[in-house]
Amino acid sequence: MSFLDLKNVTKIYPNGTKAVHETSLSVDEGEFMVFVGPSGCGKSTLLRMVAGLEDITEGDINLDGKLINEVDPSERDVAMVFQNYALYPHMNVYNNLAYGLKNRGIDKETIEQKVNDAAKLLQISDYLQRKPSMLSGGQRQRVAMGRAIVRNPKIFLFDEPLSNLDAKLRIQMRLEIKKLQQKVGVTSIFVTHDQVEAMTLADRLAVINNGIIEQLGTPIEIYDNPKSLFVAGFIGSPQMNFLDGNIKNKTLSAEGFEIKDIDSDFEGEVKLGIRPEHLSQSENSLINLKVDLVEQLGSDNLVYGQLKDKKDFCYRCPGNLTIEKGADLSLNIENNKYYIFDKSTGKRVN
Amino acid sequence: MTRFITSSFSHLILLIGILIMVVPVWMIFASSTHTSSMINMNGLQMFLGDSFYENYLRVLLYQGGFFKEITAFKMFFNSFIMATGVAILSVVTSLMAAYALVYYRIKYATLLFWIIFITILVPLELRIFPTYSVMAELNLVNSYFGLIVPISASAIATLFFRQFYKTVPDELLESAKLDGANTWRFFVDFLIPLSKTMIVAMLIFMFVFGYNQYLWPLLVTTSEQYWTVVMGLKMMSGSIVHRFAFVMMSMVPPILIIIVLQKYFIKGVFQDK
Ligand SMILES: Nc1ncnc2c1ncn2[C@@H]1O[C@H](COP(=O)(O)OP(=O)(O)OP(=O)(O)O)[C@@H](O)[C@H]1O
Ligand SMILES: [Mg+2]
Repeated sequence: MSFLDLKNVTKIYPNGTKAVHETSLSVDEGEFMVFVGPSGCGKSTLLRMVAGLEDITEGDINLDGKLINEVDPSERDVAMVFQNYALYPHMNVYNNLAYGLKNRGIDKETIEQKVNDAAKLLQISDYLQRKPSMLSGGQRQRVAMGRAIVRNPKIFLFDEPLSNLDAKLRIQMRLEIKKLQQKVGVTSIFVTHDQVEAMTLADRLAVINNGIIEQLGTPIEIYDNPKSLFVAGFIGSPQMNFLDGNIKNKTLSAEGFEIKDIDSDFEGEVKLGIRPEHLSQSENSLINLKVDLVEQLGSDNLVYGQLKDKKDFCYRCPGNLTIEKGADLSLNIENNKYYIFDKSTGKRVN
Repeated sequence: MTRFITSSFSHLILLIGILIMVVPVWMIFASSTHTSSMINMNGLQMFLGDSFYENYLRVLLYQGGFFKEITAFKMFFNSFIMATGVAILSVVTSLMAAYALVYYRIKYATLLFWIIFITILVPLELRIFPTYSVMAELNLVNSYFGLIVPISASAIATLFFRQFYKTVPDELLESAKLDGANTWRFFVDFLIPLSKTMIVAMLIFMFVFGYNQYLWPLLVTTSEQYWTVVMGLKMMSGSIVHRFAFVMMSMVPPILIIIVLQKYFIKGVFQDK
């Protein structure tokens, strides 16, 4: 059994909403697990069940070898960072950090030492006497982190803690959270709907859709080898291109081109997925793209355009190539990096 | 120039309003510093006399009442006990009632709250005889307990605290739970400090409410030992200047409380948090 074990966990809210369906998941000690998925898919619900803030309708949750279904949140020894931080507005930063320790009956000197250590680690030592209302967004974020760290809990839970920060700060805090987690080594679950955040933070990633874990794996596994149409579309930026197609006798025919000898016995209607970065310009081309718009990011260019059948399509090329609006490009798929999905079930077939 | 005229005009109106309110009070005060023969002969006075100490001291220590068993000093003491008791008891009970209504999973909590709330429509005067017979059964006539308890359940204060608790974000409770706070600790460490200004406002409000009670103390006390100031205003015998002095003194405690705590009062009533 691993450190955190979810077995067939289901959540049905009193109003009948089924937020999580029979989900099973194991998280190893010290691992950084990320739940990613679109809004309303049940990420927060799953996290809050681990924290004990929502009842578990069915299934079991084990933490550190102990069944915690019925354990009160105050006894679970988990720490959570909320989206709006939920700092205690009437206490100064020092007391915000110390409160959980006081409740555990730890003596004053130990508390002081722990709070000071955590404050130093997070660079908030200068603000210990301030109230949360006198802090900036980033500082509040640090205090919220500090409140979690100082208790040295079994597991950290983060529910979209970065979404209230501006873009630059978000990237900076993302890095700091990752570094901090590696330094402290506490098992963590991080919920986000931002796939870049998910990819950069995760040791392992759970892509959730409609209350079901669609795929579980390292970020690279999931990026390289998406198991379903949903995962393929959700992970990767810009999004994967999808084209309609049909397979007969190991030959895939899409609008305007064919791919022979594909690695699948599937026959019938499919979706062909191609990542914008897996394309290159070449003579004997498969795909003809008429360029509408070029976004120059410096290192890369994102080229948006349309295929013959007016379908939108994106191509990512190195930033040193100059491409004009209105140009016609002939593109080829690099190293046969394409993905085929059953159109009716969304399952990967190649 | 026209602006000067209109603004002076509105100031004039305000000034007249203030005078209408202040002059009678001043006249009573000024008159209370004269001898009673002076008042009896010349009517109410606009200027201070020189019997201030004499009159006020006499009122404080004079054995008043029908049976000459109580001094004004004792009445102030009784009123103070009653008003403080009502203030503290009603604030404590409504804090706890609101806590239970908002945070406990009580079925029909909203319905229960509205049932509590409609008691506002049933003032003490309406239920005074049943309440009296309950107190009589319990042998609480002529006691501070009997003076305080029956008027200490406040639907208004419960309403205020409930509305405030509903604005406290859920994450605060959840966060506190994860930090190991139990139900009691959340109440003491979070809700009470967060509603501090509102608590002070309610304490003032209920203090004045308790202090101003007339009918209930009249009914539930037969011994002069339990007379309150407001009762005394009506019941006290004595010469006119002494009554005036007593009226003046009776206004002091509520005014004092409001002056000292008005900052909290305004904050608590008009802007939660
Ligand atoms: N208290 C509740 N009662 C009833 N339904 C709820 C409740 N909380 C959430 N839900 C429903 O459960 C589903 C999952 O909600 P959840 O909050 O877990 O989504 P999420 O993945 O965290 O979304 P977001 O990214 O927007 O935070 C949603 O359909 C939501 O409407
Ligand atoms: Mg959420």
